[in-house]
Amino acid sequence: MNIISRGFRGRGRDGPPDRVPPGQYLTDDFPVLSAGPTPHTPLEEWTFEIRGGGEPVRWTWEELQALPSEEVTKDIHCVTKWSKLDTLWQGVSVDTLLEAADSDAAYALAFCDGGYTTNLPIEDLTDGKAWVAYNYGGEPLEPEHGGPARLLVPHLYFWKSAKWVRGLQLLDEDEPGFWEQNGYHIRGDPWLEQRYWGD
Amino acid sequence: MRTLELDADGWGDHRAGQHLDVRLTAEDGYQAERSYSIASAPGEPLAITVERLEDGEVSPYLVDEVRNGDVFEVRGPIGGYFVWDGDEPEPVLLIAGGAGVVPLAAIARQRARVGSKAPMRLLYSSRSWKDVIYRDQLETFGIELVYTLTREQPPDWKGYARRIDDELLSEVAFPAAESPRVYVCGSTHFVDAAADGLVRLGYDPMWVRTERFGATG
Repeated sequence: MNIISRGFRGRGRDGPPDRVPPGQYLTDDFPVLSAGPTPHTPLEEWTFEIRGGGEPVRWTWEELQALPSEEVTKDIHCVTKWSKLDTLWQGVSVDTLLEAADSDAAYALAFCDGGYTTNLPIEDLTDGKAWVAYNYGGEPLEPEHGGPARLLVPHLYFWKSAKWVRGLQLLDEDEPGFWEQNGYHIRGDPWLEQRYWGD
Repeated sequence: MRTLELDADGWGDHRAGQHLDVRLTAEDGYQAERSYSIASAPGEPLAITVERLEDGEVSPYLVDEVRNGDVFEVRGPIGGYFVWDGDEPEPVLLIAGGAGVVPLAAIARQRARVGSKAPMRLLYSSRSWKDVIYRDQLETFGIELVYTLTREQPPDWKGYARRIDDELLSEVAFPAAESPRVYVCGSTHFVDAAADGLVRLGYDPMWVRTERFGATG
């Protein structure tokens, strides 16, 4: 049963319903939300590492840039209720990176400059669902949006698309990351409106 | 801006700095949800302070339309990071940009409520004196207040009159060596300027907690 808010009309359905998950509104902006200051790591020091699959596998910035990359257009959905359609990204598919790691781990914990972490089941990172993205809108990704590179996992709420990503720790068991420990849902599927604990 | 006191069935308690989600349902079933920082400290009557955004969908309704007796759905409290409970002795620096003062005022109220002796200072940036919210209440919190009025100042104003910069921060912030806890809240640009400045002053980024009001209407 829904409580009707007397006199509220709202803007009406905003965008095609099959593209805007429940509780979201469309924006043309690209709001920035993060828990702390923006980190700045010089590219000469930057690496991406996959740990937990035997020997750690590591790429420098140049090595990452040399990997096959894709340009993808995706809708993104933030748990703070905004959605942005048709965003353009370029990056390396996580499938490409995980192949080098040769592991059958079931879960991953993404780790980032500044200490941010977020967890995902491997299935949410594979089969063309996730990238390490370094360009947005045709330009290098800006630090406030996670540059030089962020994880891009558009089918989940955007807190899973970890900014300033530096690697994946492969795990046999799921381990909650930063927001997952601070009240947010362990998986975060926007179509099931999995925002918070208990959803 | 408007402060709404909410009588919420089944509301547990919350921590200073947290927010809640409001959901409005129109007669045709259309729904809109937005988050608002909780203005009240734990133990006080639940309240939110809403800033009216010109092209907002929800805030004009909450600020202009809502009357005593109206009902809507709320969910919360939400957020486990941008919180302060008052059980640590370290100094606390609160930096507010405009409406960002809402969760920080709740933190100041919490300090008074639990009788904490932690030094607490609020640096509040506002366009003008008339844009300062909670103007009279802030003096009653027993914390140090530093205002900077960036666009317009009253005739006898002796305080800061500019946007936050490194020099202002170096004069107002606690020394980094005291391991201060910092809570910065406001628009993204405001938060970036303050947070980056503090990191340049030697503050540990792990202790600079930020809440950015991405314009949610």
